[in-house]
Amino acid sequence: MKPLDYDAIVVGGGIVGSSAALFLARGGQRVALLERDFCGSHSSGVNYGGVRRQGRPLSQLPLSMRAHVIWSQLREWIGIDGEYTRSGHLKLARSDADFASLQAYARRTADFDLQLQLLDRAALRERFPWVGDIAVGASYCPEDGHANPRLVSPAFAQAARRHGAEVVEQCAVQAVEHDGQRFTVHASNGQLYRAPWLLNCAGAWSARLAERFGEAVPLSAAHPAMLVTEPLPLFMTASTGVEGGGIYARQVARGNCILGGGRGFALTPTTARPGQAAVLEILRNATELYPALTGAQAIRTWSGTEGYLPDDEPVIGPSHTQLGLLHGFGFAGAGFQIGPAAGEALAQCILDGGPAHSLAAFCISRFQQPPHQKENLS
Amino acid sequence: MSEIVIIGAGPAGIRAAQTLAAHGVKPVLLDEAGRGGGQIYRQQPANFTRNAKILYGFEAAKAQALHTTLSNLQEQIDYRPDTLVWNAEQQVLDTLHQGQRAGRLNYSRVIVASGATDRVLPVPGWTLPGVYTLGAAQIALKFQGCAIGEKVVLAGSGPLLYLVAYQYAKAGARVSAVLDTSPFSAQVRALPGLLRQPATFAKGLYYRTWLPLKGIPVHQGVKLLEIQGHQRASGIRWLQAGREQQLPCDAVALAHALRSETQLADLLGCQFAWNPLNRAWLPVRDPQGRSSVPQVYLAGDGAGILGADGAEMTGELAALALLQDLGKQVDGARRDQLLKRLANLQRFRHGLEQAFPFPEYWAAEAADELVVCRCEQITAGEVRDAVRAGHWEINRVKAMCRVGMGRCQGRVCGAAAAEIIACESGRPIEQIGRLRGQAPVKLLPFGLEISS
Repeated sequence: MKPLDYDAIVVGGGIVGSSAALFLARGGQRVALLERDFCGSHSSGVNYGGVRRQGRPLSQLPLSMRAHVIWSQLREWIGIDGEYTRSGHLKLARSDADFASLQAYARRTADFDLQLQLLDRAALRERFPWVGDIAVGASYCPEDGHANPRLVSPAFAQAARRHGAEVVEQCAVQAVEHDGQRFTVHASNGQLYRAPWLLNCAGAWSARLAERFGEAVPLSAAHPAMLVTEPLPLFMTASTGVEGGGIYARQVARGNCILGGGRGFALTPTTARPGQAAVLEILRNATELYPALTGAQAIRTWSGTEGYLPDDEPVIGPSHTQLGLLHGFGFAGAGFQIGPAAGEALAQCILDGGPAHSLAAFCISRFQQPPHQKENLS
Repeated sequence: MSEIVIIGAGPAGIRAAQTLAAHGVKPVLLDEAGRGGGQIYRQQPANFTRNAKILYGFEAAKAQALHTTLSNLQEQIDYRPDTLVWNAEQQVLDTLHQGQRAGRLNYSRVIVASGATDRVLPVPGWTLPGVYTLGAAQIALKFQGCAIGEKVVLAGSGPLLYLVAYQYAKAGARVSAVLDTSPFSAQVRALPGLLRQPATFAKGLYYRTWLPLKGIPVHQGVKLLEIQGHQRASGIRWLQAGREQQLPCDAVALAHALRSETQLADLLGCQFAWNPLNRAWLPVRDPQGRSSVPQVYLAGDGAGILGADGAEMTGELAALALLQDLGKQVDGARRDQLLKRLANLQRFRHGLEQAFPFPEYWAAEAADELVVCRCEQITAGEVRDAVRAGHWEINRVKAMCRVGMGRCQGRVCGAAAAEIIACESGRPIEQIGRLRGQAPVKLLPFGLEISS
């Protein structure tokens, strides 16, 4: 079979791969986006939907601030508003120590324009009376918010298609070769795709492609547990999280509250379910944080398959072993907001010869041991 | 400790429990309802005093036999009423007792007898107060002794249509009309299949002929146009032989046969296959009811619509299969006899499907404004928009437009949504996938108690 030639092949139609394809297509590149399932049907489409900068490590804030701008122009990029709302993000502290760490975070990130507002107990009660007494204080980031991931993520792929990208769904990558100049991808639809650039944006399933080119990474999969309530009167005026982890929640315009917390388990390599314990924990404990949920009912639970690296930072940027290979994966449950900027940075590597923001912190080589150490281990 | 568990205490679940008990196995029988019998033989509240003949008509003897069986089993089984199974994983079931107390139950083997609900094909006005499903209209009568209205129209298709009409009229409720979407010619064509079960057929025929004799008009081959009304149903409009007709009424019961409740089989990991007869995805099972998962057995209408008599047979067969798999001696002759009777019943079921054919024109003719998903208020037009945007897999369409995302989780609207998607995408209905089962099977409250 004659290979189809492109400038770049993107593996994975999540929000990172789809936005990379979009930026490349807009930059005039011929792009093929190969998605094993449906675009935006895994982590990118079934995550909580938080669009927040608050709480991210400093290393991510430059990219996250750039993503903040892309989100503000969402309709121009993808043609829909995706229920994106800048509700603000409220991070709650359940103890004085937790409040102190929120204060410390605000100081550390002062160079970025997050506009964090620290609220003590009285200010919190006054501004957000629907928050339970268990919270002793909070940090509020007014321009963070939330959006509907099951609409936004597939829309990035649709937008890429409108700009000329060849988006192929239900098409798994079976083998990849490099002949010194170009990659040839053998796809499950029987087609061969050939290009000098290959983007590994396969989410929790990215390790195989990295390993294929000699860059083994300790990527593991985990499965955040989520549930949604029936529509309730509107009360939750901000998306919320808890310092130190725990239950996070937001309310959509229709009235449904979406809550996450705890972990699920893998059913198959590509499907996951929230565990019973996680669901019961949310149902039992959420009312302490959000008393208005008392008497409400959960109508559905779900989970997804998300990639995590040991330091909870993603890998974004060029391969160190294979020219033309770019990685973008391992977003540790926090890729939705930053995804479009990560996709753009990968596209810039091709379009501009390098990213506009340093990707040094996300370099894949941080997991590669020098050769002599490897020998010692074996 | 791991138990042998039966989910559902209708005809299938009770016969399964009886069979296990007779072989010295003490199962846990989980019943979502407060009293056993399932929907078809639902019992009235304990302090109600209507007799079985009034409640169940021709089926009184069967209903009483089943209830008696359950009460005689009290010592030999662990019967747990008011217990919803809201989630299932390998070796463990998650339960909710009396809507308030969550618990877990480890199982070594489980028989799923989860029953069925009505299949609803929406017509304009179907979300008005005063509109019920046929099954709900029947339950109102059996359980509470209530009719759904004072001038009731029963509409749709399926054997339940005539049975409910008969039961309502017998109970003294006023049935204004029966509107059957299947043509009389279809019922004539179905005769050979139906005569496989002469007794059942005779009953059906009896209901069908009794109604006009009592002055209840029966219209066949109708196309339902609209349930009229503002605050509640006040009339119904239909087309028959090219002529539009209408009738005032204050309540409508509407359904097109039954659909299996398969979420638990799905959560338990059972393989599914498209079943053309049921026009639905059903969990795969062997003739005795073994699913694709070694410890999971399937029985009753939840595994495929066969009716109450069939449910008793498949319940007993599944229990016999389970006993065999435990290494117990079972009566092979009894099993073979059941299998033979079941095969006969299957042929009757084919006849029923011929007599009450699915209205295949429905999806093409459903107006864009018609609400398909009442929980999320999603119209046929919105479902079609999602299909036109390139989506054809039902879970994807759900993700795009919210159809099936509400309180019922697609149990009410799923069948109709699938028809619209198939029609609009031009794909055969078996190729658009099936709605994934997601816990909870029914609503779960915040602030629930947890059993230790």
